[in-house]
Formats: sequence, C-alpha cells, structure tokens
Amino acid sequence: MSKFEIRKRSRSEVTILDIYGELDAHTAPILEKELQQLIESKFVHIVVNGSGLEYISSAGLGVFMAYIEDIRSQDGDIKISSLKPKVFNVFDLLGFPTLYDIVENEEKAVDRFK
Amino acid sequence: MPSIKEHTLHISASTDELERIRHFVADHAGKFGFDEGDINDITLAVDEACTNIIKHAYEWKTGKPIHIQLAMRGNEMLVSIIDEGKSFDPAGYKMPSMQDQLNQKKRSGYGILLIRKLMDHVEYRKRNSRNEIRMTKKR
Repeated sequence: MSKFEIRKRSRSEVTILDIYGELDAHTAPILEKELQQLIESKFVHIVVNGSGLEYISSAGLGVFMAYIEDIRSQDGDIKISSLKPKVFNVFDLLGFPTLYDIVENEEKAVDRFK
Repeated sequence: MPSIKEHTLHISASTDELERIRHFVADHAGKFGFDEGDINDITLAVDEACTNIIKHAYEWKTGKPIHIQLAMRGNEMLVSIIDEGKSFDPAGYKMPSMQDQLNQKKRSGYGILLIRKLMDHVEYRKRNSRNEIRMTKKR
C-alpha cells in the first residue's frame, strides 16, 4: 500500500508541510485533510517542502488545484519547494510552474511571503 | 518475427493496489531495458489509467476486476489494461485548461492528458462489456 506522511512545522507566519512518500489517489486524501484544516484555521501562508516526496500522480496534483483558489482568496498562497527532478517533471508536464511558485529550496519559498 | 514476452497482473479495483501496480510495471520495464525516465513515464501512465478505472469506470466500487498485461515486442512495450465498468468515450474528452480548472476548483481530467504526454501511442477499445486501453512506449 502507498505510504505518505506529512510533518507540520512553523517558520514565523509560514506553515511548512514536509511531505514524504508517494502521493497518489490512495494517499491524496491525507494532504487534502491537512489543507482543509489549515484553511479553516486561517493558516494560509503555506510552504510544501517536497524533498521527501518520491512520487506524485494527477490525483496528488489535483489536491493543490482544489484548494489554491480558496487560499489565495484569503491572501494566502501555497509555495512548493525542493522537489526531486522526477517529481518536478510531473508538475511541469501539466503546466504547474506557470500558476504556482515552485522554487529550489525552502528558504526561497519562505522569502516569497515577505 | 520478434519474440514476445508477456506479464500479467490481475487485481481488484482499489486504490490500495496502486503501489503494487507501480512495482509490477517498473520492475518489468526495468528488466526490458528502459531507462529510469521511461520507467517513470510508463509507471505513471499505468497508475493514471488504473486510477481512472477505479474512479470513473467502477465509480469507487471495490472488488471489481482490472487486468494489466505488459508485452515486450521488439523494442516496444505494449500495455493493455482491461476493465468491465462504464466505458470511456475518448471523443467526448475535452482537454482541460489549467486556469478554468482552478477557477472551477476542479481536480480531475488530468490523467488522460498525462497518459497522452507520457506514452507514444494510446487507444481505447470496447468489446461487449469489456473496455481496454492500449498504450505503447518505444525503448
């Protein structure tokens, strides 16, 4: 069964989600629940650090798409950092870099909120 | 006449099985001599096709059959995935626009787009109650 884990931490006003494992149709609800909780709690400055993400399918990408407008309407954003090349390739194939801030490392992602 | 090697996996439709499907595909694509990028492409394409069957053909009803067959023919891998659910009409598929999807908070419709980008050739067949997606990728 696919394994996926989220660890949450804060850097000043920014919530960092460290994500690990495989994000597919089986595990996407885990990320979905986390984003819903952050939106409800008004924590809408979010960095997803994908350094531990080994795999993503369109079901995983769909979670980012489903919540980004809600988050941006509250003056927040999701920045995505530290993706492995094989994972970035999937984001790139669907044109994500034109609509999302996808940066090399967490520092840059946090800086984008300043 | 090139030799043909075939490998088959029968599973029941559940997202629990996606990891096993990916392992099956990656293992055989690697043994066939595909490089890492191609292995990732084929594995993702099969995941997307099976996810679509689970979601759309079987509408999340678990326990329904999915048959995956990999055939190595010459320098090409042929992937055949068969289900017995609602059939997909490729003529009715509209390529999603990212901005429209965002505005409408839609999250699906990208699997087919990815499959087309990842594989060399994709076709759909319907015979009686069985649907088949056939995809090929050259080494």
